[in-house]
Amino acid sequence: MDLRFTPEELAFRDEVRAFFREAQPASIRRKMELGQRLSRDDIVTWQRILNARGWAVPHWPLEWGGTDWSPVQNYIFKEEMQLAPAPDPLGFNVSMVGPVIIAFGTEAQKRRFLPKLANLDYWFCQGFSEPGAGSDLASLRTSARLDGDHYVVNGQKIWTSRAHLADWMFCLVRTDAGAKLQRGISYLLIDMKTAGLTVRPIPTIDGEHHFNEVFFDDVRVPAENLIGEENKGWTYAKYLLGNERTGIARVGASKYRIQRAKQLAATVMVGDRALADTERFREKVAAIEVELKALEITQMRVVSNARNLPPAVQDPASSVLKIKGTELQQAATEILMEVAGAHAMALQSEHLWGTASDAPVGPEWSATVAPDYFYTRAASIYGGSNEIQRNVVAKRILGL
Amino acid sequence: MDFDFSAEQRMLKESVERLIAERYDFDQRKQYMREPAGFSRAMWAQYAELGLLGLPFAEKYGGSGGGGIEAMIVMEAFGRGLTLEPYLATVVLGGGLVALAGSEAQRAAILPRIADGSLLLAFAHGEPQARYDLADVATTARRDADGWIIEGSKSFVAHGDSADKLIVSARIDGQRRDARGIALFIVDAAAEGVQRRGYPTQDGLRAAEIRLSNVKLRSSDALGEPGKALPSIQQVSDRALAAIAAEAVGAMTAAHEITVEYLKTRKQFGVAIGTFQALQHRAVDILVNLEQARSMALYATMMLDEADPAERAKAISAATVQIRRSGKFIGQQAVQLHGGIGMTLEYKIGHYFKRFTAMESTLGDTDHHLAALARAGGLIAANAS
Repeated sequence: MDLRFTPEELAFRDEVRAFFREAQPASIRRKMELGQRLSRDDIVTWQRILNARGWAVPHWPLEWGGTDWSPVQNYIFKEEMQLAPAPDPLGFNVSMVGPVIIAFGTEAQKRRFLPKLANLDYWFCQGFSEPGAGSDLASLRTSARLDGDHYVVNGQKIWTSRAHLADWMFCLVRTDAGAKLQRGISYLLIDMKTAGLTVRPIPTIDGEHHFNEVFFDDVRVPAENLIGEENKGWTYAKYLLGNERTGIARVGASKYRIQRAKQLAATVMVGDRALADTERFREKVAAIEVELKALEITQMRVVSNARNLPPAVQDPASSVLKIKGTELQQAATEILMEVAGAHAMALQSEHLWGTASDAPVGPEWSATVAPDYFYTRAASIYGGSNEIQRNVVAKRILGL
Repeated sequence: MDFDFSAEQRMLKESVERLIAERYDFDQRKQYMREPAGFSRAMWAQYAELGLLGLPFAEKYGGSGGGGIEAMIVMEAFGRGLTLEPYLATVVLGGGLVALAGSEAQRAAILPRIADGSLLLAFAHGEPQARYDLADVATTARRDADGWIIEGSKSFVAHGDSADKLIVSARIDGQRRDARGIALFIVDAAAEGVQRRGYPTQDGLRAAEIRLSNVKLRSSDALGEPGKALPSIQQVSDRALAAIAAEAVGAMTAAHEITVEYLKTRKQFGVAIGTFQALQHRAVDILVNLEQARSMALYATMMLDEADPAERAKAISAATVQIRRSGKFIGQQAVQLHGGIGMTLEYKIGHYFKRFTAMESTLGDTDHHLAALARAGGLIAANAS
């Protein structure tokens, strides 16, 4: 047993670190450091840089552009990316729809979609939640009726993140209204430009546009865009839940926020000393660092143990990753809020996007702190709320 | 990076787990507690036979040269069984100090007798006023013609009542809280001037208040160079904290299993209470706390070998904060989920809670370690500007 990285793993880390330092465009790095929002172009540009290096989808099979990295290498890669800090490759593409197509798609679907997913030529969004189907996802009602060689889709999706930027949607639709809940659901890929499909923004509490409503009014989808078998979509969607556990905790991103908070707290004065030198602040941050270190090791345990477990068996330790990971992301944004103080309260959207021509109110970094704090509340809601996570762990791991 | 045990470590784990499973159920523990020393001499002999008592010592002293991982394996199993024997006091603390600071003659005289089970030690260091500050030593040792004369009081000495020999810290120089000027001595527990008042502690273990009045020692009783003992004291304290972390994880694992089992079997309103979501979520939070604690016990164990004492201390404090918080949460919630039966002495879950509670004030409480970590700058460095 040795928790330290091997010399080979350290060499790999250095290689990855050097690549991020050299290959990341300065404008993107600066936005990341300041916590500013990235444009669609920024995200596409970065993912194509990664893809050109062969690193956009390292966890995919070699034949589809992946690597033969060990779980530890994949872990190091993600961690270094978040610490750089560099943007993650688009999760909907590389961690969600990609692996499903690889596991359940036809050869033609793989050839058609996988290269474009890796290169972000196609930007996917996720059409799961509906007004009446949130945590209770299986009660979704958006319908798809087969009409010749097309499905005709009718209904509504909601909370669809970045649908307004997307080219495609992977979508859960009901293909058998008579079947019970999970059994009548299919997994369909829908071109966002199809007639009858409308996207409407839902502004979020950070004042920004992440979420959308998506309406389907007789949207005709070629039947060849069905993944796997009709009415088996729930199985494919669930496959995602067990897939890619290690990215979910975002330990590197939380670490980066803490590093940043400590750096900034040294510049903020409280009376005659820096906030970073007050006991209360230091102990508060130290308490988060303790939990973050624990989570980091928990994550490494899961990564390391993956090779000892059959694919269907969930490591009990993995149950911690989403719950604690999101709690700590939120705790880190809270600390940054405290550092910024009242400056965080100035609403300055242009400084959040880095498009302002005037000087910001307060230090430039403070403009992004409150939106980050507000939006990170979503972390414990999306991907199955933390309460749903607890239900799942209680059932699957504790057997309750 | 690799979390697997070696073949020898797996064997050790299996044998000590089997011993605890077979010989340390809740009723047997009650019997052991009623023995005169407050623990089982027979079990102690068993530990010796299995090689557990010599585990950390070199082979020439009857040991097997085990490191932190071996100690972790043993302590985790002990935690499951809520064992009562003075392993921490004798092997980790007392034996650890002799191995670390002792002369060849002292090691040869003491370590083999620890390993064969014939000698019990206790570390008489804490004092009533010290409040977790390892450098706060008011007990004095002054030179006389033949050696040293010790004068002072030691408090909450774990297993101090049953020990054959005490490792006593005393100040030979400087002010009460100075880092320099502390010495260690090997004191026969039966020596003239040593008064011990033993008592049971809340968790079913034993401790003693020890008064040292005009205790006369030879020069050769000093352990290590007098005046420079603090780094050794810090090092064995860190080892003890890592060992307690592992013990806590073993106890938390058991408390978690017992509680989940109870949720599955206890029926109310016609159904198992584990079907209620409020209780399910609490049980999951127990699991989260357990896994986080397990990770930090591993971290503490690994960092024991860190060459820089300041880095080691930071890691140990960080681990201790997590262990204490998890232990408190799991202990309190395990009792809560059991309801009335959790409040009784006759049922085991409350005893786990009591053990977590006793750990809380051993070698520094949560606030002490959080403050130490924060003062040292935490685990994550600030970004370079």
